Amino acid sequence: MADIQSSGQDSVYAKAAKEAVFAGIIAFGLFFLVVGFRTDQNINNELVLVQRWGLLAIFVAVAAIGRFIFAAFITPSREQAKLAKSKAPAAAKVDRRSLKAAVSRFGLALLFIYPFVVILILALIQFAVTGQWSFQSGVQGSLKYVDNFGIQILIYVMLAWGLNIVVGLAGLLDLGYVAFYAVGAYSYALLSAHFGLSFWLLLPMAGIFAAMWGIVLGFPVLRLRGDYLAIVTLAFGEIIRLVLINWTVVTKGTFGISGIAKATLFGIPFTPGPTGFAAMFGLPNSGVYYKIFLYYLILFLALLTAWVTIRLRRMPIGRAWEALREDEIACRSLGINTTTTKLTAFATGAMFGGFAGSFFAARQGFVSPESFVFLESAIILAIVVLGGMGSLIGIAIAAAVMIGGTELLRELEFLKLIFGNDFTPELYRMLLFGLAMIVVMVWKPRGFVGNREPSAFLHERKMISSEFTKEGHG
Amino acid sequence: MSETQTLPKTGALLSVENVETYYGNIRALSGVSVHADAGEIVTLIGANGAGKSTLMMTIFGMPRARKGRVVFAGQDITQLPTHEIARLRIAQSPEGRRIFPRMTVQENLQMGASLDNLEFYDEDVRKVFDLFPRLKERINQRGGTLSGGEQQMLAIGRALMARPRLLLLDEPSLGLAPLIIKHIFEAIKELNKSTGLTVFLVEQNAFGALKLADRGYVMVNGIVTMSGSSKDLLANPEVRAAYLEGGRH
Repeated sequence: MADIQSSGQDSVYAKAAKEAVFAGIIAFGLFFLVVGFRTDQNINNELVLVQRWGLLAIFVAVAAIGRFIFAAFITPSREQAKLAKSKAPAAAKVDRRSLKAAVSRFGLALLFIYPFVVILILALIQFAVTGQWSFQSGVQGSLKYVDNFGIQILIYVMLAWGLNIVVGLAGLLDLGYVAFYAVGAYSYALLSAHFGLSFWLLLPMAGIFAAMWGIVLGFPVLRLRGDYLAIVTLAFGEIIRLVLINWTVVTKGTFGISGIAKATLFGIPFTPGPTGFAAMFGLPNSGVYYKIFLYYLILFLALLTAWVTIRLRRMPIGRAWEALREDEIACRSLGINTTTTKLTAFATGAMFGGFAGSFFAARQGFVSPESFVFLESAIILAIVVLGGMGSLIGIAIAAAVMIGGTELLRELEFLKLIFGNDFTPELYRMLLFGLAMIVVMVWKPRGFVGNREPSAFLHERKMISSEFTKEGHG
Repeated sequence: MSETQTLPKTGALLSVENVETYYGNIRALSGVSVHADAGEIVTLIGANGAGKSTLMMTIFGMPRARKGRVVFAGQDITQLPTHEIARLRIAQSPEGRRIFPRMTVQENLQMGASLDNLEFYDEDVRKVFDLFPRLKERINQRGGTLSGGEQQMLAIGRALMARPRLLLLDEPSLGLAPLIIKHIFEAIKELNKSTGLTVFLVEQNAFGALKLADRGYVMVNGIVTMSGSSKDLLANPEVRAAYLEGGRH
């Protein structure tokens, strides 16, 4: 047995070496012209060919070594893991549902205390460095983490959860979701500027406006599916953006709308004056309170989205959405009005986009069409797909990784020491985004959490558990 | 027997009158008239591409009949939207079953009961499980992971959850083992006997279908060429030669 094992090991290395050589050759062929040569302009404006053999060698070496490591270590260990898994008795499986529930409970608790955890950690670090306990310095330092990480990620979580209703549940591929985000943002910006209405009044109104636009989009695309639907929704997103740019009388075009009123906490404004939040609670003046308030606001809005999604999934309309995704003709012949079903999906999804939009306007204090480009739609959709369509937890994880990752890239100052001073890591975020997507799609084609959780579960003694039945045994 | 067109009987639960259906410019049905009385099992047999499934979908308005009309319980349903037709308690188990693959057996059955908002779900689901006990064992399993026979049972069960007055079955025997076909046919017979459910059965498996049904129609190239009682059709030499001899499934 041991003999076989060791000889098997040798052949694995030999095979890996062979594959590595091949990978090197392929990499050489691919990058020979692209990386090996570069045309530069010299002082006389002539093109000169620069040979970059060293860089090419690095590329080839990375490909070869990477392939070797993959073939020699990663693949066999994964095979072994698979083998062990198939051998292990089913009883050893942890109850995944309860595990999932525990994880989501923990995550939720963490979200609620996140700002205070950040403040505490920063204060502790300060204490460790200077030896002085200053709670206030933690409060000041937390601004970046609460705003750039917390709020930013939660906005995308909410947008992705909203889009999930349209794409994940109803299966309608929407590439123009950012349009509803824009409708929400501009509704708040314009109505508060012209009529001085408060955030709390305009938040639901923005949602209603966006939902109306969802229905406006829904009507012409009722008969479309898949790629055709995607094209039309993409166009819709662009139309909204172009209208915002060109309708300068109302929207001020690319100039944008600035000085948008901030949200208030039950009428208490977050201003430095004597009537402001800080003064009322006897706290030192700081912009952090507003950010923390915004954090809880978006957390509440995102959780509202999740709660509504979970509730709807258990209701007839949610089941109809999912059935519509699976088979439209079967749906219709079961007496489901596919027109209203689709329109409610569009409207509900759009409504949450509108909520997020008005929040965005209140947070930035400034909106311009630049914030609502197609790339935003693409990122939101990518988050939904990566997280696993229909899975709230998966989508939240995907948003945290994607948006948090982008923000982290800004923090990686030390990379400048390696790659030179003009290296800006966040410029590479799309490259990393793409890589991450490829990796996830290879590793888990249905997203992080690809399994659809049944909306109804019969807790009854079954004759055979579905775990133990093989497929296709009739 | 000899007449090629049966006149629509007054009081028939379903009557299809001189219906013509087109796919683009191609005529799939050229003046088809069939009817089903309340409490009957009627079968429509014919070869591949004869237009059997087209007739079935035409009853549901997908595609719509260009000429002629479809009358259900005295109401002209030719121009009615599909979901409105379903609301009149016409249920179908469509060709290719069309169950919802990523949804569980239970959710599939719930979808079938959406007309009444699950009001009679508990009561009806018990009946379906009595009929197909296998489905009960698979209750939390995804539809797509069921075997072919189980999927067929699920498709019929889902249709029954709608409390139909008329059940349309499109080739329930397609691709199934003979034993399962027998089981499903027995279940249909049982349903018809115990509840008086009217069944319109489209089949390629002519022998089994005619043995089950009270009456039958034979369809060739979009036209009903023969009709009559099942007994007569089974004895008819033309039918025997075309659909029964040599292929007694």
